Amino acid sequence: MSDLAIRCEGIAKQYRIGQRESYRALRDTVTDAVTAPFRRVRAALQGGNGRPANATPTIWALEDISFEVRQGEVLGIIGRNGAGKSTLLKILSRITWPTRGSADIYGRVGSLLEVGTGFHPELTGRENVYLNGAILGMRKSEIARKFDEIVAFSEVEKFIDTPVKHFSSGMYVRLAFSVAAHLDAQVLLVDEVLAVGDLRFWTKCMNKVRSLNQQGVTILLVTHSMWQVQTACRRAICLEHGKIRYDGKPTDAIGYYEGLLKTTGQQDPASGSARDEASMASAGAESIVDFRVQPLGEWSPEGNPLSDSGMQITFSAKLQPRSVVKLLIRVTSPTGLPYFSAFSDPVRADINGSIHCESCIQKLMLMPGQYLLFAALCSVEDSRNLLAAESMAFEVEGPGYTNEALFWNQVDWKIRDAMETGGRA
Amino acid sequence: MATLSGEAWRVDPEMAAAAPAAALPHVAIRPARGWTGLNLGELWQYRELLLFLIWRDIKVRYKQTALGAAWAILQPVFSMVVFSLFFGRLAKVPSDGIPYPVFAYCALLPWQLFAHALAESSNSVVANERLITKVYFPRLVIPIAGVLAGLVDFAIAFSVLIFLMLRYGIVPTWTIATLPLFVLLAILTALAVGLWLSALNVQYRDVRYTVGFLTQIWLFLSPVAYPSSLVPERWRPLYGLNPMAGVVEGFRWALVGKTPAPGAMLAVSVVVVLLLLVGGLFYFRRMENSFADVI
Repeated sequence: MSDLAIRCEGIAKQYRIGQRESYRALRDTVTDAVTAPFRRVRAALQGGNGRPANATPTIWALEDISFEVRQGEVLGIIGRNGAGKSTLLKILSRITWPTRGSADIYGRVGSLLEVGTGFHPELTGRENVYLNGAILGMRKSEIARKFDEIVAFSEVEKFIDTPVKHFSSGMYVRLAFSVAAHLDAQVLLVDEVLAVGDLRFWTKCMNKVRSLNQQGVTILLVTHSMWQVQTACRRAICLEHGKIRYDGKPTDAIGYYEGLLKTTGQQDPASGSARDEASMASAGAESIVDFRVQPLGEWSPEGNPLSDSGMQITFSAKLQPRSVVKLLIRVTSPTGLPYFSAFSDPVRADINGSIHCESCIQKLMLMPGQYLLFAALCSVEDSRNLLAAESMAFEVEGPGYTNEALFWNQVDWKIRDAMETGGRA
Repeated sequence: MATLSGEAWRVDPEMAAAAPAAALPHVAIRPARGWTGLNLGELWQYRELLLFLIWRDIKVRYKQTALGAAWAILQPVFSMVVFSLFFGRLAKVPSDGIPYPVFAYCALLPWQLFAHALAESSNSVVANERLITKVYFPRLVIPIAGVLAGLVDFAIAFSVLIFLMLRYGIVPTWTIATLPLFVLLAILTALAVGLWLSALNVQYRDVRYTVGFLTQIWLFLSPVAYPSSLVPERWRPLYGLNPMAGVVEGFRWALVGKTPAPGAMLAVSVVVVLLLLVGGLFYFRRMENSFADVI
C-alpha cells in the first residue's frame, strides 16, 4: 500500500436527465412550484403515492467504481461513448462531485481534459503560456523558469509574440500541449488530448508522456485509441454503462471492448469482470533504446523515403537477463491503423538483458503520405501483449495522394497506342 | 466537497497516517453535501490565478476597439455632461453647494465602478464555462476577478476628476484619506450582489436580463443625480439600506469635504453590504458543486 497514487472506493455519480443539457428558466421553476400541489393531488386521486412518477428522471453515469493505481503506473481507461470515462476523470479532477463513494489521490494532480483551456485568442502566445500555466496550477515563477523549454518544445518561437488568433490550429495545439506537458505533476489525468496536432508532433507528445512516466509520474489515460492503450499502458480498465467490466492486461481489456462493440453491449457483466494482478506485477524493466532509422535504397533529397525505397531499422532492447521475447516492426497510419506488422522468431536476451536488432524493410510500398513506424517487444505467448514500444513518424514522398490507395506497387506497362510514350505507375 | 491538503494545508490526521509519504499532497474527494466552509485558505493559494484572470480581463477589454481605454473616460464624462445639462441646468436639482458637474462626477465614479463590476461578476461564471468544465480551482476566483478588473477603468476615469476639481478650484481636505475605504465599499457591494447573481445565473439565465434593468433602477434609487439631503433626515438611515447611497455620499464627502459626513446612513450601508457579502459567499460555495453539471 505504500506506493498508492489513486484509490477510488465505490464512486457513483447520478445525473438528472437533461441536467447536463439545459439550464432552467426561472419561469419553469415558478411554474413547477405553483403546479406541483395540483399534480400531487391529482396523482393521489389516481391512487399514486403522491409523487409524480417521472418528476425527475435520473441516470447513474457511474456505479460502484473501485480501483487503485500505484505510483508510476500508466492506466488506460477505455469504453464506448457514454460509458462514463469522462465523468470518472472529471470526478478525479474535482470538476464535478461524486454522488456516493470516495477517492483519494496522493501527489500533485495535473489534469488535462482539454488542450488549451483558457487560451484567449486576443492574447499573444507568450501571454497565453502564462495564463494557461496559471490555470493549470503552475506558479508564475515556475512558468518563467520553464518558459524557454515550453516554447522550444512547441516549435512556435517565431510567433510567440503574435496573438494566438493568428495561429494555425496546429501551432495553437502545439503551444497548448507544450504548456501542459511541462506541468510538474505527480499524477496526470489525461483525456484524449493526445489526439492532436500533426503526426510528427503527436509522436513527440507520446514520447514526452513516456518520459514523464519514466520519471515516475502516474498517468491515467482515457482514450479511444487501442494502439495508445497497447503501447503506453501496462494495465487498462474497460467501462460499460458506468461500471468497471474489466480491469487487467491492456490486450484483454481491448479484447473485451471489441467484444462489446460486436455484441451491442448486452453482455453478462460477470464474464469479463476480472482483475489480473499478474499482469500488473510483470510491469517493469523492458525498454527500447538507440532506436534509429537509416535509408536503404534511394531516398529524396529532403531525406524522406520514396514509395520504392527501403528502410533499415536498428535498435537495442533492454529486458530481464535471459528472457525470451519476439520483436515487432509495424507501420501504421497516423490514426493507428496497422498497414503491416512483422514479427521476429522468439529471441533470448543475453546475460546483461540486452538484444541488438538490425532489421531491413526492402521496399516500403507505401503511397506518399504520413506514417508511423513502431518497434516493439512482445511476449511470446501473446503477440498482442506489448512489453515496450518506441515510435517515429515519417513521410513517404512522391507524386500522388495518400487517399488514392493504401499501398503502392511497381507496375510495368507494355501498351500499344497512338501516343508516342507509354506511362509508368 | 474536496479539500486539498499537503504543503501548508490542513491534513486529515487519519488520512495522513495512511498516506504513502508525508511529503505528498493528498486530495480527498468526497460527495458534496449542503453548506460548506468558505475555504478561504485555498483561495489564497490560488491568488496568482486571480491576478492572471484580472490581468487577462484588463488586457482584452479594449482589444479591437477604435477608442480603446478612452471608453473608460467617455462613459462617465458623457453621463456627467448629460446630468449637468438636464438635472443641473434645466431641472435645477440642488447639489449641496458643489458645482453640479463635480457633484455629479464624484457620484458617477463609484457608480460606474459598481455598475461595471456588477455586470462583469454576475456574468463571470457563465462566461468562463470552459474553465469551469475543464479545470479545478476555487470557483470564487472568477467573480472576484470580474469585480477587481474594473478598478483600472476607475483609475483612468479618476484622472478626469482631478482636472474637474482644478477647473473649479476645489481643494480636497483631509477627508480624501478615507476615499480608499469607500472604493472598497463599492467593490464589496458589487461583489456581494455579483456572487448571488453569478451563481443564480448558472441555473437561471433570466439573470442576464435582470442585471441591466436592476442597474438602471438602482441608479435612480442612489443619490447620483440628486443629493441625499433631499431625503428627509429621519428616513436617511433607511435610505442607507441601499448600500450605494452610503458609497456615493461617502465619495462626495471624501473628495469635496463640503457635505456633512454620512454617519448613520453609512453605518447601515456597511452592515447591509457585510450581510449580503457573507450570505453571497456561502450561497456561492453551496451552488458551485453543481456548476459543472448545470452550466
